Amino acid sequence: MAPAAPRSGEAIFASVERVNAELFTLTYGAIVRQLLTDLEEVEAVNKQLDQMGYNIGIRLIDEFLAKSNVSRCVDFKETAEVIAKVGFKMFLGVTASVTNWDAEGTCCSIVLEDNPLVDFVELPDTCQGLYYCNILSGVVRGALEMVSMKTEVTWIRDMLRGDDAYELQVKLLKQVPEEYPYKDDE
Amino acid sequence: MQFFGGSEISPSPPVPTTAGNNAHMMYVFNRNGVCLLYREWNRPLHTLNPQQDHKLMFGLLFSLKSLTAKMDPISSDKGNLGVPQLPGQGCSFHSFRTNTYKLSFMETPSGIKIILVTNPRTGDLRESLKYIYNLYVEYVAKNPLYTPGTSIRCELFSTALDQYVRSIA
Repeated sequence: MAPAAPRSGEAIFASVERVNAELFTLTYGAIVRQLLTDLEEVEAVNKQLDQMGYNIGIRLIDEFLAKSNVSRCVDFKETAEVIAKVGFKMFLGVTASVTNWDAEGTCCSIVLEDNPLVDFVELPDTCQGLYYCNILSGVVRGALEMVSMKTEVTWIRDMLRGDDAYELQVKLLKQVPEEYPYKDDE
Repeated sequence: MQFFGGSEISPSPPVPTTAGNNAHMMYVFNRNGVCLLYREWNRPLHTLNPQQDHKLMFGLLFSLKSLTAKMDPISSDKGNLGVPQLPGQGCSFHSFRTNTYKLSFMETPSGIKIILVTNPRTGDLRESLKYIYNLYVEYVAKNPLYTPGTSIRCELFSTALDQYVRSIA
């Protein structure tokens, strides 16, 4: 029996249940707004958004694997392509491109031209340090951690801060080998 | 009322045809060797206490996986016995059969291991295990009340699972 071929992001996006894009955007906006009220510090909000994203990512990876039929990626390059082409398409309905590889192939940028989270958003002067989409970096980090890749994900460019695109830098720190989880004396 | 609705899990894979036999039991482990779920349908004999039993099963799979990778005549990417491999590295087995039972095994890149023990005459269950993984996603991973890494106590998942396993076995 041949394994089922990996499905394209478009095919999965078409087959899953979706929510209204505006509702999604506004709900996310409301969450960020509430966090700003609750935590007051912009830095704390960035951190909280990242943590929320991480918590989403560690669950989302299973849905991703189950629906996309993607098997193990050969290297980190393929992983980044799959995130950009299948992952972003499947969950956000947009595709991203992968650029700016470093020489070792452990660090790259995922560039989003279109970002559904930021429609209707303007950062006021008091929130200039806010990474509004920080939840996305958390999701990527959480999901990759579940497939044994420790990564560091940071925003390089952010249109809300006047840049021309959204650029997410993903840096592979290390791959964690699988170990026998029990100790002998247990 | 379907609470954790979301997307439909469909289509249900073709049911392997075998006549009148039973699934014995099923295990779900995570990467850390925690037994997330143990279901038992037809298991007349227990020789160990549950903890030992789960540990033995996990250990069996772990060792068998590294053995099968070591014996692989095709791939050169093997490493030494006992040396930890990256997940998904090397080859992996998907079932073995004895004269009294068949064990089917699936591991996802995220470290979830699903093990189904059935009658030895059961056919290929790989698609069925994939379907069970989809059930896990819908009812467990998407369940906000479930904390990842803890044992699964989810009524809907157990019901859906029982129903499906009954249909394949």
